[in-house]
Amino acid sequence: MKLASNPFSKYFQLIRLFWSTAISAELEYRMNFIFSALTSLGGLAGSLFGLFLFYGQGYHFQGWSWEEALIVVGIFTFLKGFSTAFLAANLNRIVKHVERGTLDFVLLKPISSQFWLSFHSMSLWGLPDILFGLFIVLYAGIKLKLSWTSYLSGLIPILFGATILYSLWFILGATSVWFTRIYNITEVLKGLMDAGRFPMVAYPVSYQVFFTFIVPVAFLTTVPAEALLGRANPSWIIGSGCLAIALLWFSNQFWRFALRFYTSASS
Amino acid sequence: MYPVAIKEPGLKGTIEHFFKRTYKEIHAVQDVSFEIQPGEIVGFLGANGAGKTTTLKMLTGLIHPSAGSVTVAGHIPFRRESAFLRKITLVMGQKQQLIWDLPAMDSLQINAAVYGLSDRAAQARIDELADMLSLQGKLTQPVRKLSLGERMKAELLAALLHEPQVLFLDEPTLGLDVNAQVAVREFLREYNQRFNATILLTSHYMADITALCDRVLMIHQGKLIYDGSLDGLIEQFAPCREVHVELAYAYHKAKLQQYGDVQSIDGSSVRYLVKPELLTKTVSQLLADLEVVDLAVSDPPIEEIIGRVFQVGQVH
Repeated sequence: MKLASNPFSKYFQLIRLFWSTAISAELEYRMNFIFSALTSLGGLAGSLFGLFLFYGQGYHFQGWSWEEALIVVGIFTFLKGFSTAFLAANLNRIVKHVERGTLDFVLLKPISSQFWLSFHSMSLWGLPDILFGLFIVLYAGIKLKLSWTSYLSGLIPILFGATILYSLWFILGATSVWFTRIYNITEVLKGLMDAGRFPMVAYPVSYQVFFTFIVPVAFLTTVPAEALLGRANPSWIIGSGCLAIALLWFSNQFWRFALRFYTSASS
Repeated sequence: MYPVAIKEPGLKGTIEHFFKRTYKEIHAVQDVSFEIQPGEIVGFLGANGAGKTTTLKMLTGLIHPSAGSVTVAGHIPFRRESAFLRKITLVMGQKQQLIWDLPAMDSLQINAAVYGLSDRAAQARIDELADMLSLQGKLTQPVRKLSLGERMKAELLAALLHEPQVLFLDEPTLGLDVNAQVAVREFLREYNQRFNATILLTSHYMADITALCDRVLMIHQGKLIYDGSLDGLIEQFAPCREVHVELAYAYHKAKLQQYGDVQSIDGSSVRYLVKPELLTKTVSQLLADLEVVDLAVSDPPIEEIIGRVFQVGQVH
């Protein structure tokens, strides 16, 4: 621990402390990690089998070869791991804080409460999914002879996708100020996110519209995959970036709004 | 100068808590005005739901008062400015901030980083407080393995790491055994003297209040009904003596009630509350009419006085 000279290094130092304590807390329960690795493998096998059912029959999603569709599965698995590692643990903690009233402690710290609540915890259980996801993307990428610049160009929309996912997740977490127990809502989000397992063209047009404009699942997996394959329409990537920034901003505003209700009904 | 003050009368309003553990939905605090000087220890009394916690939350900036004004250490609490948050702390006996599965030291390091303390400053502070709290060696054990008393002391350490000048303590001795209560009390007394910290304390244990507070605020149904010394409270409200009589055998209740206000009858042991001017008369009557084995006169327990204030709702 060094004296933090500027806010950024203070925040980085805090993330390091948060995560090292979160990891030590989780290592108290070692078996969990093994089970989560097995669960990830099972989930991945499910995704691959689903995809295989289509392609084994000679059916192709319009414009997506087997390897190209694999990239979508890989990105999906990666994001699933990301949300388990960084989002789920923290979100459930917001709910607990509200339920037990310990949010008071967070609000009285001279630090952004959204930062504290978003980064305080991380779970190693997401790691297997992250690794398997990367592995699938890499495998498909090698088969498709992708260059390293392709991976790089995929990275940016994946970052946007992760930001969108985080913002949606945090907004849902903030609603616990009103509803207190909202574990169920996060299950709904998880369920909708599952739609990102396959390229958007796999779905009927009405679903595509829903998953693009209502629940932006398309931006989580399909758009990054297309960018990675070097065939994304730039406007989609720009749109993805705008959406990410807008949602991030909105999540912050929404949190401030929610806190007004946590603290007082009359102000 | 760091006065803690609510200046204008009229913190009116209904504040809804959507989150409170007791699921009590509405708290109302009205006409609560007081000013606290730096270095004071002030006890905050009130029955459950009287508005103590609501007032504490307004003072810490967790709740915005719908009317009136609050100033703590020169700041408006609800803005929750960094400079303000560094000056105050909140300890809640029924809630904990330490990470359950890990040693308190891990949580302390996080707090030190949040408050921007250097390694050396944090360690020096931890050593000093651990010494005052007799917590040496306990900070490296997982919090879940600590006794309740040790855990509360560790919570205090975590809450005081940043050298706050104003302490808000909500039931800091809740659930602790007598020894641990005494230890916490002594620590607070010493902390107040050593750092000239201002302390506002709520407690259900009157012993905490009598041991620590020269001044008490009493709140009843959201209204401040008393502000002054503890002795003054007793004198104003209950200028009564307690007469404890051991009788040779149990008398009928109706007979016993002739002599005064019967507080309790336990077999042949009877307790009366008697006004000072009637004391001599009552005692001599008791001795003349009944077969008295033993008789003692004392001040009634302070819990009883407070209980009566809450029943009646005001100090006469």
